[in-house]
Amino acid sequence: MEYLLLVLAIPLLGGFVLALCGHRDCAPEVNVGVSLCTLIAAGFLTSRIIDGGPMVVLDDQFFVDPLNVFLIALTAFVGFTTSVFSRPYMRVERDHGKMTPKRMRLYHSMYQMFNFTMLVALSTNNLGILWVAMEAATLTTVLLVSVYRTAASLEAAWKYFILCGVGIAQALFGTILLYLAADKVIGAGGGALLWTNLDAVKGQLEPNVMALAFVFLLLGYGTKVGLVPVHNWLPDAHAEGPTPISAVLSGLLLNVALYAVLRCKVLTDGALHNHLAGNLMIGFGLLSVVAAAFFLSRQKDVKRMFAYSSIEHMGLMTFAFGLGGPVANFAGLLHMTVHSLIKSAIFFAVGHATQSAGTQLMEKIRGLIKVNPMVGWGMLLGTLAILGMPPFGVFASEFLILTTAMRDLPWATPFLLLALGVAFASIFSRVQEMVFGDTDLKPLEHPPAILPVFAHLGLGLMLGLYIPPYLLGWYQQAAKMIAG
Amino acid sequence: MMHAYLIQSINLFASVLLLLSFAMLSQRRILTVIHLFTLQGATLVAATVVVAYVTNQHHLYYSAAITLVTKVIVIPILLHRLIDRLNVKWDVETLINIPTTMLIGILLVVFAFNLALPIAKLSSSIAHSTLGIALACVLLSFMMMITRAKAVPQVIGFLSMENGLFFAATSATYGMPMVVEFGIAFDVLVGVFILGVFMFQIREQFDSLDIRHLEKLKED
Repeated sequence: MEYLLLVLAIPLLGGFVLALCGHRDCAPEVNVGVSLCTLIAAGFLTSRIIDGGPMVVLDDQFFVDPLNVFLIALTAFVGFTTSVFSRPYMRVERDHGKMTPKRMRLYHSMYQMFNFTMLVALSTNNLGILWVAMEAATLTTVLLVSVYRTAASLEAAWKYFILCGVGIAQALFGTILLYLAADKVIGAGGGALLWTNLDAVKGQLEPNVMALAFVFLLLGYGTKVGLVPVHNWLPDAHAEGPTPISAVLSGLLLNVALYAVLRCKVLTDGALHNHLAGNLMIGFGLLSVVAAAFFLSRQKDVKRMFAYSSIEHMGLMTFAFGLGGPVANFAGLLHMTVHSLIKSAIFFAVGHATQSAGTQLMEKIRGLIKVNPMVGWGMLLGTLAILGMPPFGVFASEFLILTTAMRDLPWATPFLLLALGVAFASIFSRVQEMVFGDTDLKPLEHPPAILPVFAHLGLGLMLGLYIPPYLLGWYQQAAKMIAG
Repeated sequence: MMHAYLIQSINLFASVLLLLSFAMLSQRRILTVIHLFTLQGATLVAATVVVAYVTNQHHLYYSAAITLVTKVIVIPILLHRLIDRLNVKWDVETLINIPTTMLIGILLVVFAFNLALPIAKLSSSIAHSTLGIALACVLLSFMMMITRAKAVPQVIGFLSMENGLFFAATSATYGMPMVVEFGIAFDVLVGVFILGVFMFQIREQFDSLDIRHLEKLKED
């Protein structure tokens, strides 16, 4: 319990402290320190859950179980490595005059607040608070997307705010319907939105109301997952904001939104006793994978291209969880982990590459490996990993998803293979041109943050070769929970 | 007897809410849209108080108080100050002409009632038709956001959507748990504040609040 409080309190306090001193020269270090403390607290929390099993604390309002504890640990870890990356990255942005001291203060404070809202969303037991935290996560990042105040970034932030606001309003309506269904079974007294209570009585919830509620919840939270056709905000927000924000949006926020969908799916499955929720997720997932693959083949901006790749991968996860069953759920969880590690690593490398090129246009970035070999290699290896090359973890999870699809849903397999093929061809050919070849890029003024890139790639590699037994057990427990 | 009148009055407030949604959809003057929004908030407060009295749910009084403070007092003041400072009292431009908008609006109401019908039958709550009306308000506000070309009316559409959702929560389930309502109210307030900051940034950049400037990032 103390650990959970620490995990939530550290980023919150950090956000307030940085709101006061975020413009100072020491602010990046403070930011890293706060994130490190959060990571340590999350580590203790995780070991406590591994030893002692799930816990429900603070008047039943918060709970930690195998499903969310691994996401809490992942969020704290990527939050920490991104803060390490943002130190040199934001320094260069400041030297180029793109960040004023005031903007730096906003950036640092909101970075911690964003982490706080995601950790609240993950650990809360109350589906209403989950909604509040998801909306707050949008609010903390919207001013960061527009922090450069260019025309394009303002447009991206406006779209992000309005589309996610409308989306999340649908999710609120879904939550109200869920409460309506639960109110009948559990009765008044405030316990009717607590997930653990709902999970216990999910068989008795009114099926019609739950079906409608799930449609609204999937559309609402699906907007934040970036599912096609409600994905429009995602590429803009990723491309126009500072790169550390792109990394945490892609690596963390999308996962948290998918987590919210999963929690609702468990309840809906229990109430409906049919495969409606799963089928909806399969449909949206497949559409996202295929549409994103074709969109990304037409991109010119490197960050937009990888943003579309995130839509593709989130679609693949949604598809896997839609299939259901222990293997597909396991594969979905594994894919969630490796995608967020590898994709944030790619954004770190891309961030340094765009800074030394001074542009995000792919045709202007050439010969990275000559100017900055480590950044070049990081980008190349990260790209190979995200495209599903063995021995990286993405290969393992995609292999599991594809084989399950072949068994359960044969007609979907050709679409998936086609989309993965298109994505491979278009991303790899472009990254290869960016990494090799002649160059006129300038080296960076501050040494780039190489450690986060390779730490993430190393972990992604490890998960492809060998999953430690406790992690495996943990995944299996979580997969079983999602299966109901 | 008294009880029956009160339940009728909830239905009355519900229809007033729907009427105000239509009025906002058809209104061209931005200042009037803000007045209508304030009035909608006040109707929502009245409806919530009546529901609280009829069902004897004390926490609904708090929820009515939160709505009164945020939707009737603070947010309209912020909006008035915003348009004063930005000096945008011109007429609202719509992307579709108003009669067409109204016709689509009527279709939306029919759709909303049909969608809510199976649930309204199940719901044991006081007024059966209110959930359909709440959903209709949400969809109408959604449409207002789509058809308006300026930033301020879009934001009011967004807030009015929140009103519709709040009414759905009050009428269908007698309000959400208190801690959730506080959270939602907090999010809405912060959201309005951020939007205000944002509009200054947009105007600084484009010298106008026309969101048609914000259509450069297309899917290539």
